[in-house]
This record gives sequence, structure tokens and C-alpha cells, in this order.
Amino acid sequence: MPASRHFCQKVPQATPVAVFKLSNDFKEDPNPMKVNLGVGAYRTDEGQPWVLPVVKKVEKLIVADNRLNHEYLPILGLPEFRSSASKIALGEDSPAIQENRVGAVQCLGGTGALKMGAEFLRRWYNGNDNMKTPVYVSAPTWENHNSVFANAGFEDVRPYKYWDAEKRGLDLAGFLGDLETAPKHSIFVLHACAHNPTGTDPTHMEWTQVAEVMKRRKLFVFFDSAYQGFASGCLDKDAWAVRYFVTQGFEMFCAQSFSKNFGLYNERVGNLTIVARDADNVRRVLSQMEKIVRVTWSNPPSQGARLVAITLNTAELFAEWKDNVKTMADRVLLMRASLQAKLQALGTPGTWDHITQQIGMFSFTGLNPKQVEYMIKERSIYLMASGRINMCGLTTKNIDYVAKSIHETVVNVQ
Amino acid sequence: MSSSWWSEVQMGPPDPILGVSEAYKRDTNPKKINLGVGAYRDDQGKPYVLSCVRKAEAQIAAKKLDKEYLAIGGLGDFTKACAKLALGDDNEVIKSGRNITVQTISGTGSLRIGANFLSRFHTEARDVYLPKPSWGNHTPIFRDAGMQLKAYTYYDPKTCGFDFQGALNDISKIPEKSVIMLHACAHNPTGVDPRPEQWKEIADLVKKRNLLVFFDMAYQGFASGDIDRDAWAVRYFIEQGHNIVLSQSFAKNMGLYGERVGGFTVVCKDAEEAKRVESQLKILIRPIYSNPPMNGARIAATILNTPDLYKEWLGEVHGMANRIITMRELLVANLKKEGSTRNWKHVIDQIGMFCFTGLKPEQVERLTKEFSIYMTKDGRISMAGVTSGNVGYLAQGIHAVTK
Repeated sequence: MPASRHFCQKVPQATPVAVFKLSNDFKEDPNPMKVNLGVGAYRTDEGQPWVLPVVKKVEKLIVADNRLNHEYLPILGLPEFRSSASKIALGEDSPAIQENRVGAVQCLGGTGALKMGAEFLRRWYNGNDNMKTPVYVSAPTWENHNSVFANAGFEDVRPYKYWDAEKRGLDLAGFLGDLETAPKHSIFVLHACAHNPTGTDPTHMEWTQVAEVMKRRKLFVFFDSAYQGFASGCLDKDAWAVRYFVTQGFEMFCAQSFSKNFGLYNERVGNLTIVARDADNVRRVLSQMEKIVRVTWSNPPSQGARLVAITLNTAELFAEWKDNVKTMADRVLLMRASLQAKLQALGTPGTWDHITQQIGMFSFTGLNPKQVEYMIKERSIYLMASGRINMCGLTTKNIDYVAKSIHETVVNVQ
Repeated sequence: MSSSWWSEVQMGPPDPILGVSEAYKRDTNPKKINLGVGAYRDDQGKPYVLSCVRKAEAQIAAKKLDKEYLAIGGLGDFTKACAKLALGDDNEVIKSGRNITVQTISGTGSLRIGANFLSRFHTEARDVYLPKPSWGNHTPIFRDAGMQLKAYTYYDPKTCGFDFQGALNDISKIPEKSVIMLHACAHNPTGVDPRPEQWKEIADLVKKRNLLVFFDMAYQGFASGDIDRDAWAVRYFIEQGHNIVLSQSFAKNMGLYGERVGGFTVVCKDAEEAKRVESQLKILIRPIYSNPPMNGARIAATILNTPDLYKEWLGEVHGMANRIITMRELLVANLKKEGSTRNWKHVIDQIGMFCFTGLKPEQVERLTKEFSIYMTKDGRISMAGVTSGNVGYLAQGIHAVTK
């Protein structure tokens, strides 16, 4: 019997990733009133995907430019993309950039940037190939964080306290407590803004407290920045935490995604920004990053990076992009305000302030699994078992239905 | 000056292949020639964007598609066409649904997913046998995935050709269930391919030894100019009952290098097994990059699925392969003109983008330092970088370091 017949026989069926199964179930639901609050992508008020006007413009420019071709990018990616992307995160006048101690690796989306960072850390951080270094991810967090670090070889991926379900807010004491007791040199994955899935971010004051403990206890700062601009509508505001940590002298990684803020989901545009002590360290780190890239994807895809680079480096296009980002953020803010107002008007039991206090695409409604199941089965409103909803799935046309459904669910299902 | 987390991080050496291009770029000699990386150039030495690619791009732009995430396994229109291209339109494997084909980040991404899959599930054997020599990046990819690398004889430096007996001897000793890597066509770096009768014997022996076949097909169409001819070995093995795994790249044959278009296929026992394998491939892909990039796959799918674009593509691939064959002939003619008395027949006998010149590392170094002619130090040259404009200078340089 040929070898290959034999080995695949034992391959077990894997369970599907929850968020994709949800989308699938939604697709197959015949109920005309159905609402998809599970999707992690922006939708217009018509419930449609939105290709940013600036993106359409730049795509036309690219197609018309006969000087452009499809040649390989360098291993680390398109240079003008990497530098402009890092500037977006760290700020135009970042001292770290001026001091020449920032490097970057163009990666496949935010996931790819996390992956590269994780692989590098496993090989070179806290010793060589030290798989025992603890990696802390927030409780809860984007579920793929666990897999990215585990697959990079880290044997000890653990939660740090973050969400307080009872008060529906940040468990600061718990968070700081975990920072105080984490083994030295532990890696902490921090959400730069618009925490996924809770939408709950530390205040500036709270971030300074986090930074103080991390500096004192020599913990590694790994920011995941997937929503810059999307959270408040302002790029600089959303980058406050990242920039604050830089001023505090941390060497750190920041995984950036341009999936949401550029709407470039399927072009896989991401950037791993590296802030190090000096240029020499950056140089050596990047040379090792190249080795990791080479055995994973050789060099990154060109289209999306080109698009972002042209936009960020052309004044009028950059202004137009910031405007497009604000359009998306504003619609989300409007839906938050609307939903909260409607629930209050209905007299839905409980407090619903968290809907407007939370920030970004997601809201942790506080609905429990039974209530979620009711919403899905009885109302065809699809949301994650955690009670997470994507505000982008709300529109002026469906928000009444959703509000009434939440009301009915909370009243009838405990 | 405070310390850094990274003080112990060593400077990594430049990539042996991609590093060549980077050194070439820094060279200011106007006569410089880049024969390093395998990227096609036209006779003016310029990158070539295929006409069918431009047409496909225009068609796609007119459709005003959205940018929503692809499925983890990629664009369905692409993966189906990708499998058909390799296996043939009416292949029984495709008809019975017993293959799973996922979109990957070009050839490298495909090999990596394959290596990860084998590492996780093919637990009976850790060894991957590569031909000697093989593409430089094969070794680090499999090693990083946790496999061990071994080799079987392949290239005969005495003839600059295929060491058929040597290969058979080595393959006959490979422990059962080990993975054997075969280059489907246009072997990289040597350009030396087995003839069909030789492939038949290899297929037979591999079956006897109960080995798992991993085909790397990065040059379909580029070797002979004929898509089906170049896929012959892959199809023959499947016909003979080998359930192979296969990596495909569209970097070269569609000129989509930087768009990163590739496929990874596992030929399974039946559709049910294929479903299980698919679910596990998704689990492997998600923590690396979540889902693949759309642009290149969309272009490739449009070409493969639109009859007149497909026809045009076949013509263009044929054209690229022909230019390379012409350059091979010109190079040998020029070497003779220079007065070289060495046997350069292998330059014409070898196939595909690369030529294993037989030059030694010291000779390669001289060519680079004295003539600004860049190639990898194993003596491999990319024929795609040769033009009617530079072939004379190239012959001069090669003759100078070998006479």
C-alpha cells in the first residue's frame, strides 16, 4: 500500500473555526430578517462591503501605470510601504524614527505580522529557542492569538486578567496583578486600541500604570494594532498607547494590520514595526527576520502594499484616506449611540452604557450563551457565543429589529 | 547606553539566491549581468508582464469586486483551475473529488504548508530525501518545519547530466515511508530532467520502496513550452497509484512573482479523506497568515478559466520557453567563437530557466568580481537573464575563467 494512502487515513477531521462557521450558518438561513453581527469586516448602512473611494482611485492609478510590473518584492517587503506604515503607528515625528532605531517587516496581514514577531521571539528572545518563555494574551482575546504563538513553538501561552464580566469593564487590578506576578521576561500581547472582542480599552492613566509595571519587571511589549483610525476616527488618538510606550524607552514589536482601516482585507497588508535600542540592533534583527520570512513565504505580496504606500505617501490621497476612515468610524459610533438609545427607550433590563463606552468594531454585549443561542435560533441574529457583536452589522434598517430582539431575549431567557 | 534584548542576535548571512540580486543592484558597472534569481527577462533584459495578465487585470478592474476575506483555503475558482492545470482536465482524481487543493503563498508557501502538514501527520518518517543538488531553500523550509533532510544522487558533474543509475541506487536504499522530493520538470538548479522511460523506472522503484512522493512543480510550461508535457511525470505517478503531494507556483509561468500565487495539493484515497485533510490544512494556515492574498489568484483564475486568455497564455509561455532555448544555443555558439574548447553540450541539453554551467565557486567569484556577472556560487545561471545583447559578454567572461 503506497505510503500516502496510509498516512492520510489517520488524519482526523478538525473542528471549524467558530467565526467562519457562524458566517456559514448565516448564509444558509432563509429568514429574510436575518442579521449577521458575527462578521469582522466593515459594512455600509446598506449592509454591503465598502471598497474605500481612495482605494478605488489608487487602484486605477496602478492599473494605468505601465512602469509597474509584478516582480518580486525584497524579502522584507516594499521599502516605502514599511517606512510609511511604521510612521502611521509611531507618528511622523517619532523620536525613535528620528534616532534611526525603527525597522519593519511587511507581512501578510496582522496575522502574518504577529506570526513573524512570534517566530523571531521564540528563536532570539530570552535565550535561543526558549519555548518556555510565557506568552500572555488577554482574557478574552482574538482566538487566533493563542494559535499563532503556540504554533511558533511557545509551550506556555496563558491568559492575563482583562475583562470584568460583572462590571462590564476593564479588570485593572487583575491586569496589574498578573503583570506583577508574571515571570520576568514574559511576553505580553497588548491590544493597541479597540480591544477585540470586548471593545474595552485602558484609559491613558491605566496604560501608564501598565507601562510602569512592565518596565520594572522587564516584560516584553508586543502590541497588536488592527484598528488604528477605526476606533476613534483619529489615527493619532488610536496610537496613543503605542507611542506612549515608545517614549517610555521600551524595545517592542507592533503588529499592524491594514485590513480594516484600508478595507484591504483580502490583499493581506500588514507590517511588523520593530523599535529597538539603536540602529545596529535593528539591522541584526532584520537580518534574522529575513531568514524566517524566507522559509515561510519568501517575500510578501505586492498589490496591497503598493496601494497603501502610494496612499500614505501622496498628500491628497492621505487626506482622503483619513476622511474615509473617519466615515467608517463615525457610522460605528452612530450605531452605538442608536442601539443604546433604543435599549434604554425599551426599558431593557440592565445597564447599556457599555455599548457607547466601548470602542471600535466590537461590543461585548454581556449576553450569555443561552441568550446568544436564543438570538440565533429564534431571531436569526448571528453573534458569537461570547456575546460579541460587530457594530458594523447594524444598519438604520435593522437596528430596531435587533434592539427589540435583545430586549425580548434579556426578558425571556436567563 | 542601556542594554538591548537583541545584543546576542547575530547578523544573518545574506540569502544565497536573493542576496545575489541585492549585490547586483549595488554594482555600478554598466556591463553588469544578473543571472541570479530565476525571474524571466525579455530580450531587452526587462521584466515581462504577460499580455494575458494585463488583459485579465483590465477585466477584473471592470468587475468592481469587493475586498472581503477569502476563505482560508483560498479562491475556489483558482484552486479548481490550479488542480486541473496540473492533473489534466478530465483526471479521475479531480472527478472523484479525492484531491484537496489550497491556494498558497506561491511555491515557497506551498512547500511550507506541505512540510508542516507532513511534519504533523506523517509521523512514521521524519526524513525528506532531496535530489542532490536541489533548490537552496528546500532544506531550510523542511528543517524549520521539523523534518530531517537527506539526499539521493541526482546530478552527475562529469556529464553535467542525470546520474540515472546513481539515483536508482540511492532510492533503492531509502527507508520505507520516507518522503522523496521530485522536481516535476526543469530541475532547479541543474536543468537536468529524467526522460520519460527513466521516470517510469523511478515511479516503479518508489512504489516498491513505499515512499511518499512530494512533487515540486514551479515551472510547468516553462520547461518544454508545453503545459501537458511538463506535467507528464506528475500525471504518470498518479496513474500508477501514487497518492502524491504537489506544490505549484505561478510565479514564473504567469510572471506573477510578487503577487505570490501558488497551490498545494494532496491526492487522497477518496473524497472523505480529502475533506479531513482539508480541515487540517486550514488549521495549519490560519496561524500563519489567516487567508491568502486575492490579487494574483484572481488574475490566474481569470486566465485559466477564460478560453481566449488561456490560449493566449499558452502562446506566451511557449514564447518564453523558446527565447530561453534560443539563448542556450547562442551562448554555446558564442563560447565556441571565443575559442573555448570545453564541452558545452549540457547548456543545450539542460531544460528550463536554469543552466548548471559546471563552473566552480572560485570561477564564479572571478566572474562576479572581474566581470560583474552575477550568479549563485554553485555555478547556476538563470538563462532568462541572458539576452542577444549580453550573450557575447557572458561568453567572454565564462571563457576567460575556464580556459
